[in-house]
Formats: sequence, C-alpha cells, structure tokens
Amino acid sequence: MNILKSMALGIAALTISAPAAMAEWQPRKPIDFVIMAGPGGGADRIARFIQSVAEKKKLTRRPLIPNNKGGGSGAESLIWLNSTNDPDHTILVTLNSFFTTPIRQPDLGIDIQTFTPIAMMGVDPFALWVHSDSGIETFEQWLEAVRAADGEYVTGGTGTGQEDSIVFAYLDNAFELKTKYIPFDGGGAVAAALAGQQIMATVNNPSEARGFYDSGDLRPLLVFSDEQMDVYPGIPTLKEKGKDFSYYNQRAIVGAPGMSDEAAAYYQKLFEEIYNSEEWQGYLETEAMSPLWMEPDEQRAYWEVQVQTHSDLLARIN
Amino acid sequence: MEILSLLGDGMLVAIQPLNLMLILVGVTLGLFIGAMPGLGSVNGVAILLPVTFLVPPGSAIIFLAAIYYGAMYGGAISSITLGIPGASTAVATTFDGRPLAMMGKARLALVAAAVGSFVGGTVSNILFTGFAPLLATVALSFGPPEIFALMLLAFATFVGLGGDDIAKTVFSICFGLVLATVGFDQISGAPRLVLFDLNGFLGGISFLVLAIGVYGIGEMLWTIESTRGEITKTDADISARGILEDVGESARKGWKGMSIGSFLGFFVGVLPAAGATPASLMSYAITKMSSRRPEEFGKGHVGGVAAPEAGNNSASTGSMLPMLTLGIPGSPTTAILLGGMVIWGLTPGPRLFVDQADFVWGLIGSFYVSNAFALLVNLSFIPLFIWVLRMPFTTLAPLIFVLSVVGGYAAMQDMFDIWLLLVFGFGAFFLRKFDYPLAPAVLAIVLGPIAEPTLRQSLLLSSGDPMIFFSRPISAPIMVVAIILIVMPAFKYLRPRRKRAAR
Repeated sequence: MNILKSMALGIAALTISAPAAMAEWQPRKPIDFVIMAGPGGGADRIARFIQSVAEKKKLTRRPLIPNNKGGGSGAESLIWLNSTNDPDHTILVTLNSFFTTPIRQPDLGIDIQTFTPIAMMGVDPFALWVHSDSGIETFEQWLEAVRAADGEYVTGGTGTGQEDSIVFAYLDNAFELKTKYIPFDGGGAVAAALAGQQIMATVNNPSEARGFYDSGDLRPLLVFSDEQMDVYPGIPTLKEKGKDFSYYNQRAIVGAPGMSDEAAAYYQKLFEEIYNSEEWQGYLETEAMSPLWMEPDEQRAYWEVQVQTHSDLLARIN
Repeated sequence: MEILSLLGDGMLVAIQPLNLMLILVGVTLGLFIGAMPGLGSVNGVAILLPVTFLVPPGSAIIFLAAIYYGAMYGGAISSITLGIPGASTAVATTFDGRPLAMMGKARLALVAAAVGSFVGGTVSNILFTGFAPLLATVALSFGPPEIFALMLLAFATFVGLGGDDIAKTVFSICFGLVLATVGFDQISGAPRLVLFDLNGFLGGISFLVLAIGVYGIGEMLWTIESTRGEITKTDADISARGILEDVGESARKGWKGMSIGSFLGFFVGVLPAAGATPASLMSYAITKMSSRRPEEFGKGHVGGVAAPEAGNNSASTGSMLPMLTLGIPGSPTTAILLGGMVIWGLTPGPRLFVDQADFVWGLIGSFYVSNAFALLVNLSFIPLFIWVLRMPFTTLAPLIFVLSVVGGYAAMQDMFDIWLLLVFGFGAFFLRKFDYPLAPAVLAIVLGPIAEPTLRQSLLLSSGDPMIFFSRPISAPIMVVAIILIVMPAFKYLRPRRKRAAR
C-alpha cells in the first residue's frame, strides 16, 4: 500500500516537474568536451581557455572535460561523436578538418549536416612564418629561396589534408613551387620545429607562433586574411600579391548528431554567454582572431559553403 | 645570483600559512588520486582546477603543483601493493615493486619508491633552476632524426640485456610495435589495423588499458595459478624504525638507479615529444643494463623500483620546461596547467622567463616545497598501504579485479576498453606461461608512437636517405651506440662457441 502510494506520488511529481525540466535542460554529468586536434595547438588552447572561463564564472553545473581526439586529421573525434550513446553530453571544438576530413575519407560515413550547430566562436587567420636567422624578410625573397632550393625546401604543418597543408599546396600551385611538407601532430609542435630550425617555413595561426614571435625567433612574411592584420603591421596579404585567396580556420563548437533540442538550446545559450564574456573577447584580441558570431541556422548554411569551397580546393591541389 | 633570490622569494611565498595548507591538502589528495588505478595526475589536476579560481593565482599554481607531485608519488603505491599500475607513468614500478611485495618486502619497495621520487624531484628541480634556458635551446635542437635515434637507443637497451631469451625479447618488441600502429596514422591520416572494424580501435590502444590488463589482471591470474588456491598472506611489518632502516637500505641499494633515473628522466622529460612514461621505462632499462647483476631485475631489485620512480618524477618537472618555454605540453597534466596559465593571462614562450619571472620562479619554488612535503606525507601513509597487503590473497584478488576494471573504465569511460583490458589480461597470462618477457612489449607500445612518426618525418626530410641519422651531430653518436647495443648479443652468442671450439 505504502509502496503504491509513494509510486503514485512519484509519478505525480514527475508529471508536474517534466515540463519545467524541458524548459531548463541541465547537464546531469560531466560534459565530454572533445577537441579535434592534439594538445598544444590552437583548438586545444581554445578548448582549455573556454573550460577555464566556464569554471571561473561557474557557468555549467557539471564541468567541461577536455578530451583530445586528433587522430586521422580529426576523423577520430568525428567518429567518436557519431557513435556516442550520450549525444546530450558530447560536444566538439572544430577546425576546418570538420569539412575536409569527411571529404577526403568518405569511407568514414560522416555526414556533417547531421551534427548539431552550437556556436561559431570566431575565425583564426594564417600567416607564413620563417625563422629570423634565415635572413628572409619579404615574400619575394621567400619565393626566390624556395625556387633556389630546387625541391629541397622543407615546410611543416599539421596532418596531411589539414589546413596547413592546404595553404602550402595552394602556394605551391599558384606560384609553381616545389616544397617538401612534413606533418607534425599539432600546431605547437610545428612552431617549435621552426624555432629549432628543423623545418624552414610554417603557416601557423598567430596564437601558435605568438611566443616565438614575441621573442623575435620567428618572422611573418605574409598573411592569408582579407586585410592586413593590426598585430603584424606592414605585412602584406596574399591578395595584395595578386592571388584571390584568403583562408581562415573556423573555431566553432558543434554538438553530437542526435542531440536533443533542449540540450542544444542549453549549449547555444552557454556558448553565447562565453562568446560575449570579457574574457573571450579579450582572448580573440590577444590571439589575433576575428570575431564572427553565427546563429545555428547561419552555421548550417556556412557549413554548406565551406564543404563546397574545400571540395574545390582539395580537387585543385591534388 | 638573481635566479637564487627569485627562487628564494618563490619558496618564501610557498611557505606562507595559506599556501602551506594548500600544499599539504594538495599533496595528500594527489597521493590518493595517484594511487587509484586509472586516476592519475591528469584527473587530479582536472578535477581540482575549479578550486584554483577561489584563491589568488599564485596559490592556485602552488596547489596544482602539490597535486601534481602527490600524484606522481602515489602512482607507485598500487603498482607495488596490488600490481596494478596506478598511472601509466608507474608501469615500470610494477616490474620489481610487485615481486618485492610478494617477498614480504612491500615496505622496502614503498620506501624505495618514495625516496627515489624525492631524489628525482630534487635533482630535476636543481637542474631546472640552473639550466632551464640552456636546456630549452637543447630541446629545440632535437628534431625528428634525433628523437628517433633516442628511441632506437631505448629499444636497444632492452634487446642488449643478454640475460633474457633474445629471440623472445625481439618477438615481444615486435608484437608491441604492431599494437602501437593500431589507429589513425599520424602522417597520412588514414586508419590502420582497425581490427574487426571495431570503432574502439580507431583511437589506438590506450596504454593505460593495456598496462592495467597486463599487470593487474595478468598478475592476478598468475598469482592464483601459482598458489593453486592456497590461502596466502604477504607478511608486512609496520614500524617507524623499520621505515627509517628501509630509507637507508633503499639509498644503499638504489642510489645508482636513482641517479640514472634523475638525470635521464629529466632530459627525456624536457624533449617535447616524450614525457614521464617513456622516461621511467628508459630509466629502468638503462639501470638494469648497467647493473653488474641484471638477472636480479624483475625479481625484486630495489634499484628497479627506485630508478623508474626517480625517472618519472624528474621527467614531470622536466616536462614543465617545454610547456613554459615552447608552449608544448609534454604531458596531459601540463596541458591542463597550460589552460590555467592562459586564463591567468600568461603566454608561454621563450619570453616567459623574462617577462613573468615571478610566476616561473614561484612555480619552481613551490616544486621544492611540494616535493619535500610529498616525501613526508607519503612515508607517513606507508603503514596504511601495507595494511592492505595483510589481507589474504583470496580477498585481495576480487579487489584487484574490481579496481582494474574500474580503473580501465575511468580513463575514457568506454566499455570497449574493459573488453580490451580483459583480453590483454588473459593474453599476458599465457605469454608469461610460455616465458615471453612482457616488459619489452610494453616499452614498444609507449615508444612506438614516438619512434614511428619521427622515423617517417626524418625520411621525408632526407627524401628517403637513411644517412640523415648518421650525418647530424647529435643523432649520429646515439645511433652508433644503439646499433652496437643491438648487435652485441650476436657477438656474445658467437664468442663462447669459438672458445668451446678452441678447447
């Protein structure tokens, strides 16, 4: 009798609280905060920065736990999200490999339009870097040096088919250069390899090269943004060099396929709050990223455009 | 001189009442987090990161450093008492720590681990204080060919040991290397060896899962089999005087391992690619190789506990260097610290030592203090850990099983890892039945993922010419030593035959 009574009460309580719970979805366990790249690179730093902001401002009831899954140019993380049995607690920090990896590896069976858009946090520009001891000061000198090396000029970047290799492949194509590309496992390792002169040029994001730029070890020659960047005064864009090409890395958060609308709304609100925080806006500035906020619908449209652009780029460089 | 005064300031800050309390709490929490299989310093620092926003940044760093140190000490505890590596950095500690515990010398093993950790921590702190900027430059001059040469040297130390069956050792290394290639290829991005098309293999085989399977489950099965269900109990005496006597004994027998571990560990830790797990395994291998009686290792040698523990603590401090000066976290734990640093407004890079001298030396100062406290806290908890061993093995075996499974799950929270762990446990048991050494396979799984990409990067650099390894000033001598060590067993094999023939 007692049991029945308490069960009835329990059901009554559930039905009463259910609509309230629908309105205010909250994470019930730690959030799997997957990073599409290895530790030390731009995406990793962003993830850890966001985690710190969320902790500092107590924005989430359960913590965000960063989880590096950079294998296979991010394929590992896409499969992880695709096959998770708890889509409401799994979100991903993405790079452009979110677009390129499914194009390059159709066998993986990833359709990015099934993922849940959450927030576009900004875009990260690229720059062409050399070591200061190389004596190269302008892009023209660099072109000469690469041509003089006759195929022995060594560049480096992240995994094959990822952003860095696309930018170099574009340069090789557009200026008829021959370079050797060495893949490393993250943007931080790439910057260190250039600082140690293991390789001769990189196209690191500003945040990845910043420490060595400040110390005077690395020198930017060219930026791949639409306009010159305030942090590198006087450094020309590729557009000024006559090629209609600009390239940015997206810094966006997406949710696992099959995430409930309530959870998606929760994360969208959470990341909007983080995006508008003083900390994030300050981070965008110090790391020389461009702010670019997008609503979920705009993100889906943006994905479509990016997939098309990257298909064309990859087709052109192969 | 300026460094010393900055360091002095850092230490003074660390012994202020609030900070001292944070150190004590952090070291103790870290010790238990490290001792829990599957929970390492990564989890410890990640779980407690929020707490650090409640106190000033200076104290926050000190707290995190204390947890870090505590966890590095704690990893050895379950390795020794239960045979389950508490963290991947403490795998090498099981090689001799567990046999010592089985012989009733658990206290000696625990003390040797604590003393080794302390010595490793102290030496690395001194090296860090004296030579940090210089070493950062050296680390940068290590490109792919140099790192590959170093990895080859590490493999050579295992092959060149002589005492074991060489053919089986080589088989074990190759088996480990095959397992190390499972998952996505770093260079081409293509999936490889995804066995049975199971998605779980895409991310590669988690080293911790393998280690817990091989040592936790495998060791448990082995003990059950060898005792034939007899009720056994490990003797373990607890007394403060005994602990002090053990400190002396571990210093006497383990000093060589400790010195090798301290210096080698620090250097391996400084290299951006490596970290504390390879450092501890390499320290163990080199200590065994340079010993006059290598055959005693693996059966309960104090040096076999002290060396990897000195190595992993030293490497942990060393791995702070690439994080602070290059912005590359040498270990997952330092990656979390890096996140903390960013929000405190500190940019890692070569300028950090100049622009943020207070922060850097405050951090190092707190390392010294945390290290000393970690030793004291660890020694005072040893009786508690030994008490665990007084349980009969019939009670202990289910406990080991449960802790192994929970530890394997805790790392990635994926059921796939549990099945893999059990497969490795049974596999290890049978390999051991047939006298295959397991340590070389474990080493290969740790070093393979570093050796393979660096080999391929080197060959890409030279357009396929292997002479790149012999034409660079740092890699050439390392390669030569490694090759001599690899071919040495062949000479040993030939020489006695010739002698016999002469007779």
